[in-house]
Amino acid sequence: MKFYIPPQITRLTIAFAVFITLFLVARHFLVPDTFGQYGHYRGASLEDNSKPEIHFSGQQACIDCHQDMQDLKLQGPHKGVHCETCHGPGQVHVASGEAKDISKPSGREFCGTCHSMNAAKKKETIHQVNMSTKNPGKNCTECHNPHQPWKVKK
Amino acid sequence: MESEKVKSSRRKFLKSAATLAGATLGYSWLKSTQFLVYGVEPEDKSLPWYGIVIDIEKCIGCGNCAKACKEENDVPKEPFFFRNWVEQYTVKNDGSVIIESPNGGIDGFKQSVPDSDIFKSYFVPKMCNHCAKSPCIQVCPVGATYDSPEGVVLIDEKYCIGCRYCVQACPYGCRFIHPVKKVANKCTLCYHRLKKNLAPACFEVCPTGARMYGNLRDKNSELVKFLKTHTTQVLRPHLNTGSKLYYNALSSEVK
Repeated sequence: MKFYIPPQITRLTIAFAVFITLFLVARHFLVPDTFGQYGHYRGASLEDNSKPEIHFSGQQACIDCHQDMQDLKLQGPHKGVHCETCHGPGQVHVASGEAKDISKPSGREFCGTCHSMNAAKKKETIHQVNMSTKNPGKNCTECHNPHQPWKVKK
Repeated sequence: MESEKVKSSRRKFLKSAATLAGATLGYSWLKSTQFLVYGVEPEDKSLPWYGIVIDIEKCIGCGNCAKACKEENDVPKEPFFFRNWVEQYTVKNDGSVIIESPNGGIDGFKQSVPDSDIFKSYFVPKMCNHCAKSPCIQVCPVGATYDSPEGVVLIDEKYCIGCRYCVQACPYGCRFIHPVKKVANKCTLCYHRLKKNLAPACFEVCPTGARMYGNLRDKNSELVKFLKTHTTQVLRPHLNTGSKLYYNALSSEVK
């Protein structure tokens, strides 16, 4: 038996073939190269996301040069506080080695960000000071060594 | 005659059904071809699978995490968009709850309610939950946000069209449109730092150790040990987002 294809089906098939080819060509140019490499996203984006420069150098980079300060800090309650918690991002300073590239915080307000009184702070977690009555007007570091603040200068 | 025909067609049907089922089952065992079905490669077990713990009892609301995050990830200081921030919850004696987050907690907190009125108060640091089944990924129309092989939810900034759909899909409010780049932005768990074996910025600067991150696959990691020995909870568990940010000592007022 001769297989008969009606002419309207032939025309439709051709139209579909053209459409699908156009779609595949367009898709080839529109979908980025690495799309679908790991999942429904651009694989190269993982690389993009790991590229940005770091600003915080990490505790180890500080200790590499400043072991003496770390030793002071380790003797008391500030042992878990990393250098960059107070000194801020240090990658620029690590690269240049210059003192101007690291911040040296001072002032009552700065110590108060952690040590001011607040009902939400647990007494056993942190030593709290009433900033309005404790030696008003004086800088904390006048009596406290910033790297060993639990020690008070006589 | 009629019953013969029915019998034969039933046998034929059962045969083809069994073949189809067998073929599907057999195909599902062929791991190497699974990406055709699921659109993903088989999971790489050698990579870490990151989870986060925040211990509310230890948080002192200093806001260093929120500040460091902005500095590390070049998020403009103002307007006040945050990848991570701190909230203070104050439950008053009359039962009402006050939730504050002045400037995201970057400049610290001033107690706004006198001690005598407070029943209890605590800080809740918030950040991306890095959900395993995250709603924000599901709604992205172009595939510009995804779960990395390490379980970190990331954004493809070059591919994002800034349609804001993910911003409203996140049940935790962790996404925003970057005011300069005009595309979606969120916590990446400092993916660029993790790749260099450094702690994410907020973990680096937390003075009390209230936050912890680690590999959920490594059963000996500090994180897994902490999860085993504490009663932790995720935010909005009923949404089944597969959140991997676990809070210790979370109160019911926190949403």
